[in-house]
Amino acid sequence: MGEQPDMPCLKDTMHPDDAGSALSKADIWFAREVLPLESALMQFLQHNWRNQNEIADLRQEIYIRVYEAALKQIPEKTRQFVFVIAKHLLIDRTRRASVIPIEAASDFKLVEVATDEPGPDHIVLARDELRRMRDALEELQPRWREAVTLGRIEGLSRREVAQRMGVSELTAATYLKFGIAALTEILRRMPRSPGGGR
Amino acid sequence: MNDKNNMRSAPAFEEIHLQASDWIERRDFGIWTEADKAQFDAWIAASLAHRLAFLRADASWKSTEMLTVLRPLRFRKDLFSTRALRTFSKIAMAILLLAVIGAAGLIYRALPHYATYSTPIGGHRIVALADGSKIELNTSTTLRIAQDDSRRDVVLESGEAYFEVKHDAARPFVVTIGTHELTDLGTKFFVRKHDDDLDVSLVEGLVRFDDKAKDGRARMLTLVPGDALRVTATSMSVGRKSMANLANELGWRRGVLVFDRASLAEIADEVNRYNRKKLVIADAAVGRINIGGTFHIDDIQAIANAARETFDLHVEDRGNAIVISR
Repeated sequence: MGEQPDMPCLKDTMHPDDAGSALSKADIWFAREVLPLESALMQFLQHNWRNQNEIADLRQEIYIRVYEAALKQIPEKTRQFVFVIAKHLLIDRTRRASVIPIEAASDFKLVEVATDEPGPDHIVLARDELRRMRDALEELQPRWREAVTLGRIEGLSRREVAQRMGVSELTAATYLKFGIAALTEILRRMPRSPGGGR
Repeated sequence: MNDKNNMRSAPAFEEIHLQASDWIERRDFGIWTEADKAQFDAWIAASLAHRLAFLRADASWKSTEMLTVLRPLRFRKDLFSTRALRTFSKIAMAILLLAVIGAAGLIYRALPHYATYSTPIGGHRIVALADGSKIELNTSTTLRIAQDDSRRDVVLESGEAYFEVKHDAARPFVVTIGTHELTDLGTKFFVRKHDDDLDVSLVEGLVRFDDKAKDGRARMLTLVPGDALRVTATSMSVGRKSMANLANELGWRRGVLVFDRASLAEIADEVNRYNRKKLVIADAAVGRINIGGTFHIDDIQAIANAARETFDLHVEDRGNAIVISR
């Protein structure tokens, strides 16, 4: 992406150990308002894009466009904003791919899908959340699950995980990394409550 | 939007997501050095896609912190059996080598140090712990507190207490009541032990309940706000309470008892926990009459007056008791 001198926010350092304090306004907005829309966004993309293998990359590009726009000004209506950008991106891509005539492509409808924003009933959510996480953990490959269980639940370090599993630290790090990648991805995919929200 | 931002020039999302996960792993499970930090900053600065993928993965990862509630309770054994035993065998050696008098002092120091706190009937006491946690003892309550670097232990011997716990994953806060254990995750809750029964109500946060039944089967349960757990010798059930109900049940913290339609029998039981002078309901039919209201904890006369005025009941003060009858 090259240098972007007009975006001072990007020069901010992020402290990964204390992300909360060093996040820019756009970061916070992105995490709080955009990311929770992800399952709705994914449904929209799945409905409106033929090649399902491209969806994660499309989403990434939408996020980049959304974030870049937010660096200039944080939009008021996040949901609407994100979906308009998504729609434009699909139109652009379709045009470029020349698969569908422009007229047809511009006819994308913003599919209204259930959001999974936390509703007023936090109480039910807390229990469901824990169940959701246990379910997500169950989906991991056994070795990754074991590493994440030792690391996240029992609070062990990489070295201790390696000792408990009888593998090298390097292998433990790999299990943890893939475990984190898979678990976070599964959690984004799983609906937050059985009813799929409101 | 210009075409340079197009993902075709950037690695696919999956690869970036793995890199972001790798940073999380290094931060949370490795040893995070200045060099790591510099590399991380460079990675973040290299591409907006990196930054966003990291934000996305990390937000999701942070949400899994609640999984720590499932942590097995082996710290307990460390403090109470393994470590104590190890220390004990050392002491046994010491006894062989040293005078018996010296050993007594060692034993005392090796065992977990409990401080005991209690309240008389009608008492109310607040214990503030160094970590900012707070325990409030209700009437006629005894509990013991032991703390060290790895955990905070409270044993509720009898009575009722309200806990406001500052969560610290490195020092679990565990309340033991008989064979039951409550482990907190940054929480407000209250516990009442009466005879063999136990009531736990959660106001805020998340609490894990472990039941180490004598049959050796360990049962585990997580409580969320509004959950009211009742454990008896033979049963265990979880009901739901509204926040208003919970606030009423915690009226004692303000020195009041709040009844929202309770029978006189229930009210007498409750108020008698706080007073030496007892409220006595002379017959069962009177005990079934419902009243409501807010009373000062030590003012049984006010309750008797309400009964007399509203239901035209007979009230007699016998010095050590107030008797309500038809």
